[in-house]
Amino acid sequence: MPRILLVEDDDSVRISLAKALGRYGHEVDAAPTGEQGLRMYRERAPELVVLDLMLPEIDGFEVCRRVRAAGNVPVIMLTARGDDTDIVGGLEAGADDYVVKPVEPRVMDARIKAVLRRGTPAPTEQPSTASFRDLIIDRASMTVTKAGREVALTPTELRLLLELSESPGRVLTRQQLLESVWDHSYLGDSRLVDNGVQRLRAKIETDTTAPVFIQTVRGFGYRFGPV
Amino acid sequence: MRWPGGLRTRVIVAFVVVAMAAATAASGAGYVVARGSLIEESQQRATDSLRDQLTQLAPDVTYPPDQQALDRLRRSIGDDALVTFDGMSASAGSALGLVSDELRAAVATGDGFAVQRVVDDSGPKLVMGTSMTLTGLDGTRSESGVDVYVIQDLQRLQDQLDQWTRVVGLTIAGALPLAIALALLISRSVLRPIRGLRDSANQLAHGDLSTRLSPTGRDELADLATTFNHTAAELERSVGELQRREADARRFAGDVSHELRTPIMALTSLMEMLEADARSRSPDDAQMAAMAVGQTQKLARLAEDLLEISRLDAGAAQLRPEMVDVARVVADSLQLRAFDDGVELRTHAPVLARVDVRRLDVAVGNIVGNALRHGRPPVIVDVQVDGDDIVVIVTDHGPGIPDDVGPDALFARFYKSDASRSTSDGSGLGLSIALANARLHGGDLTACNTEGAGAQFTLRLPRRLDDDDPPPAPPPPDPAADGHPGGDDGRR
Repeated sequence: MPRILLVEDDDSVRISLAKALGRYGHEVDAAPTGEQGLRMYRERAPELVVLDLMLPEIDGFEVCRRVRAAGNVPVIMLTARGDDTDIVGGLEAGADDYVVKPVEPRVMDARIKAVLRRGTPAPTEQPSTASFRDLIIDRASMTVTKAGREVALTPTELRLLLELSESPGRVLTRQQLLESVWDHSYLGDSRLVDNGVQRLRAKIETDTTAPVFIQTVRGFGYRFGPV
Repeated sequence: MRWPGGLRTRVIVAFVVVAMAAATAASGAGYVVARGSLIEESQQRATDSLRDQLTQLAPDVTYPPDQQALDRLRRSIGDDALVTFDGMSASAGSALGLVSDELRAAVATGDGFAVQRVVDDSGPKLVMGTSMTLTGLDGTRSESGVDVYVIQDLQRLQDQLDQWTRVVGLTIAGALPLAIALALLISRSVLRPIRGLRDSANQLAHGDLSTRLSPTGRDELADLATTFNHTAAELERSVGELQRREADARRFAGDVSHELRTPIMALTSLMEMLEADARSRSPDDAQMAAMAVGQTQKLARLAEDLLEISRLDAGAAQLRPEMVDVARVVADSLQLRAFDDGVELRTHAPVLARVDVRRLDVAVGNIVGNALRHGRPPVIVDVQVDGDDIVVIVTDHGPGIPDDVGPDALFARFYKSDASRSTSDGSGLGLSIALANARLHGGDLTACNTEGAGAQFTLRLPRRLDDDDPPPAPPPPDPAADGHPGGDDGRR
């Protein structure tokens, strides 16, 4: 049973959403403030964090940054304002996905499952290990090493890298990546892809201003290599 | 009509024309009067001196004179003279040629002197003619028949007049730069404040509402500057007020967004659980729970639409265009809303365009939703390329738009085609939002009735294929940007 941390300041939302997600088979720990959320994060070691951005004292962005700094546990932001700054800020703070209130619990459940799925190996016909220059991707153990050192990737970053490196040299549109990595079948937000690519580059590229592995094809999408 | 050079040129030209006309008229009139009297005077002097001469010579002339007597007389008179008597004549110089028949006739018939001015190769001349009279011993005077003509050179007089003409010309020429200088001075003093006004008005037009003039003096231009300052101050005040209100409205939209979404979010979670519980109890409970869920969803949609329109009104809505396949977005839009039944998508994919995906989705969803509610299936959705635009045409097979409903009413907020539909699924904001989103793209949304089918809505958006993509990574942080995320999370 996946353990989830829900950080939300509004009592009714926190209680109702925690209960509803519990019915979908999640073990939910709920915290009303960022401070308590971070403490619970350390104590309970959740597999995923659902994070409201508008929190008293330590806001959601800061909580997200600290969670991200502590490890690779995925974060789904819960935004209430129809404001792009929230989304952009949240993605920059390292969130893997976001949903806008009001969200139905079954949709929330689907998102949570999609994010968690990214961390599990997918069946593939490719040989389990592939190396590109100093980058080695092991699909079986889901590990990536760069110049001999293991790179710690979030499930989203890992899935993004696997998806792109599966067919080096082929251009994948943002929409395709949203479907295959984020499970957003319809009208996903392309900023999720752009932000994921940016974070992934920071981890595997030697020079992020001149990326070798993940290249931008302007107006279309992204391409792995050719290395 | 726009004059080349504008007001300044006009002022200078007008000034010069007036100054020149005045100078020319004054000196011209003076010249004409002076010239007349000068000529008159010199003519009088010449005739007087000839009369004196003839009076002295007359006693020495034998009568009737013969040729020798005429020659003698002519010599005594001077070098340029003609003396005639009864067919005989004595002449010297140019006299013979210059004496016209007219003059001869005047001398023959007239009394005293006849004069004529002529111009020959060597310049202007005065030709005088007179008939000598005989004075008998008894003192009676009679015509002698001896006619005397004398040519007087007028070159000196002409030179004098020429000198005058030059002086007059120089005077006028001297007045010209003076007139221009004066005109410049005046035009500058008038134009400087006008230019200042123009520059300030320009600044005002470019958004610098704090611009002011400093009025000098107490003339009309100073009044104008004061009026301008009042206007600018008033404008600044009202624009400031508007901006404050706009900012308030924007903040309000954000606040309301949060305030509304949070309870609706809690309701949504609770309703979902209650409905699941109710399904296991009686059918009555299940039905009521389902209705409660439906109403919660409607409330969520209404809140969403209201927020959307308040953002559009506040001017807070910004476009986030990206290159997409419009046919694909429209297909997703229909599927996302489960508009599979009764909707037929006709398209020749891919149809690339640079659009804001979320806004296109909202527009298409609202238009098709409207067609399904108010028209009858099948609803045909056609995606086409038309020149530099993409066009999404939604045609239903319902009764069409009533004749008495104009496009303004159709796209007005909370317009419902008939009162009984006030409880339908639509918020009454859908078409209004679709139109606003189309316009935000620089496109348009129009409606008409089709032959045979029902109403037809045409959404037209520019493709913008030539625009430059913003760099895809890193995504630009854009605090002014707006819009809630692309996913239609929880609003299905």
